[in-house]
Amino acid sequence: METAVRTHAMLCGGTGCMASGAMKVKAAMEDEFRKKGIQDEAKVVLSGCNGFCAKGPVMAVYPDETFYQNIRAEDVPSLVEEHFLKGRPYQKLAFKEQEKKVAIPSIHDIPFFKHQVLVVLKNKGLIDPERIEDYITMDGYKALSKALTLMKPEEIVKVVSDSGLRGRGGAGFPTGKKWELGLKIKAEEKFVVCNGDEGDPGAFMDRSVMEADPHAVIEGMIICGIATGSHKGYIYVRAEYPLAVKRLQIAIDQCYEAGLLGNNILNSGFDFDLEIYQGAGAFVCGEATALMRSIEGKRGMPRPKLWRSAVKGLWDKPTVLNNVETFANIPQIILNGAGWYRSLGTEKSAGTKVFALTGAVNNVGLVEVPMDTTLRKIIFDIGGGIDRKGRKFKAVQLGGPSGGCIPEAYLDIPVTYEAIQQSGAIVGSGGMVVMDTSTCMVSTAKFFLEFTADESCGKCTPCRIGTRLMHDLLIDICEGRGKKGDIEMLEEMSETIISASLCGLGQSAPNPVLSTIRHFRQEYEAHIEDKWCAAGVCSDLCTFYIDEQQCKGCGACMRACPSQAIEGEKKKPHKILQSACLHCRTCVDTCKFNAIKILPASARNANEADLKYMAGMAVESNVSVGVSE
Amino acid sequence: MHKLSISDLQDIRDRNRATFTLRKGVCRAKVTVHMGTCGIAAGARSVMTALMNEIMRSGQEDIVVKAAGCGGLCSREPMAVIELPGSPPVIYGGLNEEKIKEIFREHIMGGKPAERYAVALGSGIVF
Repeated sequence: METAVRTHAMLCGGTGCMASGAMKVKAAMEDEFRKKGIQDEAKVVLSGCNGFCAKGPVMAVYPDETFYQNIRAEDVPSLVEEHFLKGRPYQKLAFKEQEKKVAIPSIHDIPFFKHQVLVVLKNKGLIDPERIEDYITMDGYKALSKALTLMKPEEIVKVVSDSGLRGRGGAGFPTGKKWELGLKIKAEEKFVVCNGDEGDPGAFMDRSVMEADPHAVIEGMIICGIATGSHKGYIYVRAEYPLAVKRLQIAIDQCYEAGLLGNNILNSGFDFDLEIYQGAGAFVCGEATALMRSIEGKRGMPRPKLWRSAVKGLWDKPTVLNNVETFANIPQIILNGAGWYRSLGTEKSAGTKVFALTGAVNNVGLVEVPMDTTLRKIIFDIGGGIDRKGRKFKAVQLGGPSGGCIPEAYLDIPVTYEAIQQSGAIVGSGGMVVMDTSTCMVSTAKFFLEFTADESCGKCTPCRIGTRLMHDLLIDICEGRGKKGDIEMLEEMSETIISASLCGLGQSAPNPVLSTIRHFRQEYEAHIEDKWCAAGVCSDLCTFYIDEQQCKGCGACMRACPSQAIEGEKKKPHKILQSACLHCRTCVDTCKFNAIKILPASARNANEADLKYMAGMAVESNVSVGVSE
Repeated sequence: MHKLSISDLQDIRDRNRATFTLRKGVCRAKVTVHMGTCGIAAGARSVMTALMNEIMRSGQEDIVVKAAGCGGLCSREPMAVIELPGSPPVIYGGLNEEKIKEIFREHIMGGKPAERYAVALGSGIVF
C-alpha cells in the first residue's frame, strides 16, 4: 500500500549537480531515511536543474521551502537528523550571503531566487523530468488539449503573434510571423524543427530546459505542428548533452505510449511524429540552414538565404525552426493568452528570457527574468555581484562569440533586443559572462576570435581566412608586436567579414573585437603603444612591481610564487627579481594589500627610481584597470 | 500507460494533486508537529506516524504536515499546531496517538477545534 508522504526533498539532477555528486547524496539520503525509519513519509526526488548551479549539489525541501547547498554525502546524517527528524533548518548547509554569516533557509528569501520571474522554468525543481505524470499534473498538455479541441490553426498563430514572442535563439525574429508563413504555404509535407544546438562558450540555458522540463519543449512543438499543418518534427541536440538527450528520449517514449505523439493524438485525429537528431557539436550547426543540412545527412554548412526556411527548408520542404526556449514558452502562451505574456517585459521585447549567468559573479546559475530587467539587477541583485574581494565589475559579455562586451556605463539598460544591440552586443541565446577588473579585453576578444576561427565552416573566404588573420593580429598585439594602425586594420577586416559572409557565424564573428574596441579602445592602445597590459594577463606586456609603501612584508606572495622570484625579510617590503619572474600574476591575486603594481613591459629593465615613478603614474592613470588600482 | 484522452489527463492531474499541493504550498490544512528533542522524547514520533496514517486512510490530499523544532513549552510535549486558512492557529499539547486521531477527525475534517486538548487558541491561552 502506498503511504502518505509528508515531505519531498527535491534534489537537483541537472548536469552541474550530477557532476558535483548529487547521485551520492541521493543514495546517502535514502539510506539515512531508512535508518531513521522515515522512508515512507520522506521522499527524495531527482528534479531538473534548479538553477543555482554554482552551489551544487543543491536541494529544496518541501513543504518547508528550505534550500540547501553544497551538500556532501558526509553531511547527510546531520542534515536528515536536524531537518527531517527535528524539523529545524540545518544551518550549516543553508544559503549565506557573501561576507554575512546569517543563514537564509527559505528558498523564497534568497536573492538569487527572489528576483526571478519563472515562465519557461516554472517547473524547474518542482517536477521529476523523467515522470510524465508530474508534467501533466502541473497543467502539462493542457495547452495541447486546448489547441486540439478549441482552436483553429489560424487562432493559434494569432495568439503566438499577439503575444509578441520573439525567437529566443538569438536573432529575435517574431515567432508568430514564422508560424504564419508556415501555415500559409501549401505543401504535402512540412516539418517542425527545434534547435537545441547550443554552442556558445558559457551558455547552458537550452540544455537546462531540455533536462528540467523536456515535455514543455515537446508540447510546444506539437502545438506548432497543429498550427502549421505539419506532422513530423525533429529536435536537434548536440551529442555533448547526453543527459538532455536521455531525458528527451524518455519523454518522447512516454508520449508515444500515452498517445501524445504518433497517430490520433488524444483521439483528435491529429498525427505528429517526433525524433531526436544528435549533432556532432559543430558550432555552425546552430545556424538554421546548416542545422537542416546536418539533419539531411550532409556536412553542416549554411546556404544562401534566398528563400526562408518556412518556404523551403529541410529536404526543401516548408520548415518552421525555433529554439528550445521559444518552444518551451508556447504551452503557457496558449493557456494564459497573449495579453498575459505581453504584460511581462516591454512592448517590443515581450515576456521573459533565460540567461546563463556565469563568470566572476557570486551566484553562477540559470536566471529567468522579464525582458525589462536591467543588467545591474541581474548581475548585482540576482548574481550577488563580483565574487573576488578587491575586484570590481569591468564588463559583461552577452551573446557569446556573436555578441559583445558591455561596460559599466551601460549597466542600467534593460535586457531587451533593442537596448542590448545599441550597446554593441546581442541578447543572443542568453549566455551572460561577467568579467572583473582582472580581465584583459584584448585577450577576451582574442579568445572569441580563436573560437570562431576554429568553428568557421570554411565556405566563405572572408570568414575562413579573415577570422584567422584577425586572430593572428590579436596575438601580435597581445605578445608585444602590435603596431600603429592595427586597430584600424581590425575594424576594416571586421567590416569585410560582416558584409561578405553568408551566415550569422561570419556576420557576427567580428562583434567581440568591434565591441571591445568601441568600449575599451584605450586598452588596445596601451597594448600597442605602451606595450602595457594593465590587467596583467598578457605576460609579455607587463612588469610586476611591489610598492614598498603598501607592502606589509607578510610573505604571502613569496610563498605563492611558483618561480621563487620574490625575496624579502619578514615585515619588510619584498622585492620581485625581474629576471626570474614568469609574469603569471599569482602574486597579484595573492596580495591582500594591493601592494603589487602592474607596469608596462619596459619597466623590466628600469632602475628603482624609475619604477617608483611608473608605479605612481600607473595609479594616477585611468588606463590602469588591474587589481592594483 | 494506455493511450490517453483529454479526460484522462485531467484524472492524472486530480490523482497527483497531493504531491504538488505539498510542493507548491497550497493546502486546506497545515499541521506542524513539534519534533525537538523534548518532543521526540515525549512521543512525537508516534504522534506523527499516527497522523500520517490517518491522513492516508482518509484519502485527503491537501493537508501539509511539517516537522518543527521545540516550541518552548517542553512540559506539554508532544505538541502540534493546526492551521486552517482563515482561522487562527490552534496549538495542541500532551498528545498521543489516540488524541491526534480525534483531533484529525474533529478539527481538520470537521473544522471544529478539539478544545479539550488545546493549549492555545490563536493568541488566547485556554489552559
